[in-house]
Amino acid sequence: MEAKTVIHNEHTVEKKRDPIWGKIDIRAYTMIGALVVIWIFFGFLNDTFLSARNLSNLFTQMSVTAILAIGMVFVIVAGHIDLSVGSIVGLTGGLAAILSNWMGMPTSVVILGTLVAGALIGMLQGWLVAYRAIPAFIVTLGGMMVFRGVLMGITKSTTVPISDANFIALGSAYFTNGFGVVLAVVAIAALVISTIQKRRSRQRYGFSVAPLSLEMAKVMAISALIVAFVFTMNSYKGIPFPIIFVIGLALIFSFIANKTTFGRHVYAIGGNAEAARLSGIHIQRHTMILFVFTGLLSAIAAIVLTARLSSATISAGQMYELDAIAACVIGGTSLVGGSGTIIGAIIGAMVMTSLDNGMSLLGMETFWQYIVKGSILVLAVWIDIASRKKQARS
Amino acid sequence: MYALEMMDITKEFPGVKALDRVSFKVKKGEIHALCGENGAGKSTLMKVLSGLYPVGTYSGTIRIDGQEVMFRHIVDAENAGIAIIHQELALVKEMTVGENLFLGREPKKFGIVQWDELYYEAEKWLKKVGLDIAPQTKMQSLGIGQQQLVEIAKALAKQAKILILDEPTAALTESEVEILLGILEQLRSQGVACIYISHKMPEVFRLADSITVLRDGKSIATLSRTKTNEDQIVSLMVGRELTERYPYMKRNPQEVVLEVKHYSVWHKDKPMKVNHDIDLSVRKGEIVGIAGLMGAGRTELAMSLFGAYEGKVEGEVWIEGKKVRIRTVQDAIREGIALVTEDRKRLGLVLGMDVKANTTLASLKNMSKFGVINQNEELKWSQNYVQELRTKTASLETPVGTLSGGNQQKVVLAKWLMAKPKILILDEPTRGIDVGAKYEIYHLMNKLAEEGVAIIMISSELPEILGMSDRILVMREGRIVKQFTHEEATQENIMMAATGGK
Repeated sequence: MEAKTVIHNEHTVEKKRDPIWGKIDIRAYTMIGALVVIWIFFGFLNDTFLSARNLSNLFTQMSVTAILAIGMVFVIVAGHIDLSVGSIVGLTGGLAAILSNWMGMPTSVVILGTLVAGALIGMLQGWLVAYRAIPAFIVTLGGMMVFRGVLMGITKSTTVPISDANFIALGSAYFTNGFGVVLAVVAIAALVISTIQKRRSRQRYGFSVAPLSLEMAKVMAISALIVAFVFTMNSYKGIPFPIIFVIGLALIFSFIANKTTFGRHVYAIGGNAEAARLSGIHIQRHTMILFVFTGLLSAIAAIVLTARLSSATISAGQMYELDAIAACVIGGTSLVGGSGTIIGAIIGAMVMTSLDNGMSLLGMETFWQYIVKGSILVLAVWIDIASRKKQARS
Repeated sequence: MYALEMMDITKEFPGVKALDRVSFKVKKGEIHALCGENGAGKSTLMKVLSGLYPVGTYSGTIRIDGQEVMFRHIVDAENAGIAIIHQELALVKEMTVGENLFLGREPKKFGIVQWDELYYEAEKWLKKVGLDIAPQTKMQSLGIGQQQLVEIAKALAKQAKILILDEPTAALTESEVEILLGILEQLRSQGVACIYISHKMPEVFRLADSITVLRDGKSIATLSRTKTNEDQIVSLMVGRELTERYPYMKRNPQEVVLEVKHYSVWHKDKPMKVNHDIDLSVRKGEIVGIAGLMGAGRTELAMSLFGAYEGKVEGEVWIEGKKVRIRTVQDAIREGIALVTEDRKRLGLVLGMDVKANTTLASLKNMSKFGVINQNEELKWSQNYVQELRTKTASLETPVGTLSGGNQQKVVLAKWLMAKPKILILDEPTRGIDVGAKYEIYHLMNKLAEEGVAIIMISSELPEILGMSDRILVMREGRIVKQFTHEEATQENIMMAATGGK
């Protein structure tokens, strides 16, 4: 009898947390809070920071870090690290430029070739980590140097320009205002439909659901954010292409993280590899796939970056791995493994980019930018650890 | 004259009295064996003695050479001449024998290590324990037996007057055991007091001058070797009254589900077998208990049958009359085997994950389509099992790390029940959980057996083995040495077989 009442309580506890906001806990709110503070701070010091034009720039700038961070979250959650993503960005970007400019390939071949190259590089590293048991830190540290070296070799240490207008559009074009509006409508419709479906499905299985008013308030709040975003972007040139990549990839990989067996297994491996193994999870195969993901995402980031700069340089992507790792960590991913979210990493990427962008606007010297970004990273983790300890005590 | 007197030692952990007014006295120049089942309190007593539990966390007095002592630290105990040699050796494998001998107490001049002096001294101590090796040898190139002797040399070099050996022969070959026993006899003649913790009756009776038996945290008796025999010691060790009642049901096991023939398992990195030539069979709807003392190879057998032990395997495994090869956990699950591991926190659960995710971890496939989890199905099934096992949890989304031991164990059980096993192996299924949860688990085992699951239960708790099993196998040193039916088995005959008494 007692057990039954306990179970019954569970519904009330659970329904408050489950939908949409379920995965965003207090830590996520603090990150969003921090981001808002940073924006207000820069907005206060510099009028242009919160202008539509600058926000549009900011989103474009952040896209590369965000795309890399999406893959990095998975790798870190599984208890590994990937230091080579910056060099993969450089190498695959160089490859794209070579395919396009020197070899005159059509855009589709260039994109496909770049993606395949990224995936293969990831697979090689993943195989070494998973099946040859070489620590990921070493494999990807080696990879970082090797891939940079290969890039220098194949481009003969020159900058390779790209003239294919279609390709360049991937990094620098904007969607028309009309498309933005359509997108907003579709997104809100999808949100409403999925919420309704989830409710129905839970009711069909006899689970209790959140009060309708609460659910509606959530849908409305998110819809308002979508409308505000589209409106701001449209008041400049429209939604930048790269940000659509980020949103699309974030949705896909959040889905993988939360709704698939693969995602669940990755979190289990990071949380307790032995228990995962004894539950029959293929640790090696999963680990390799993770590195294929980072390779692939690095290639996508390379396409966006190369297109935006309309050329591939030998220093492209340098230090990006650190930005990506910092974004994950600021976004609440634990380096011990087992926990971390994609939405958190994206917010983390936004924090990093906002700092970059804001400080540049203020005309701060580069050395200050490094000092501030480094300090914020350490500070974020410090606060995180302190608050967790506090939680554990209370 | 006693070298060591421990009087009225009581040590409590939350909810358990690990030691209850234990008295233990060791004379100078004697080898004193400390006997007891797993969990009788031997290790706790030695931890009190070695300063691991500082003064104030227990009650009672300790005297060394008649002087009362209070240890606040391990260092205090070391300074008083107490040295403990653990089952798992505490040596730095990458360093030389000499460096290990003087680790932390290197002979120094102005902070500079005097290597020549160190190695000269080291050689002296090595000779003392009969080790004819250069002190510059790397630790890792020595065998376990030699490493053990180095540990003893290290203890002697610290001027140990009281030497504690915890299961020293567990990992030794027979000739190494001979050498070790010889050295201990020699030390006895030099006036060192030895406390010898062992499960092995033949060794105890060959070596010890006196024997103290602990049971359930109490000192039962101290006897002189010449005035006792193996039977008496074993019956003192297990002599508790069987007051607890077990929900045993007479069952009619059906056809054989699992049959293992000439099964041997090699240690994963040492050239020795952890299981020798095991033959066993389990029938549908039968509970087979495997008894034995720690280190008897039971866990290795379970892990290996489950495809989770890294060592090489010889022999045959038949499931439902079909010969199978199980190389990985996935193979085992496919063949219908489930293993509830001994150490649930380390091996059974992802502590940071919630109850639901842990419950479904081994059978997510069954509730997914194209790799996408049907979260409603997942919720429904995990809720079913929470209800069926009466797991007490605030919600399905509570991290399992916050549950009590019994409820954690239920989550592990639920995980494997969800996988619908034909053969369920339970390794110490009720260790560290409260009585209420224990009985629920026993009832669950009965129910599963009735439903036709073949159950193997490994347990160090004799009453549990006696109370739940249809058949009982006793393991010692990697072999199955004895088999009893439910009716034949008693605490005494199981313990006699497990300790190698006649």
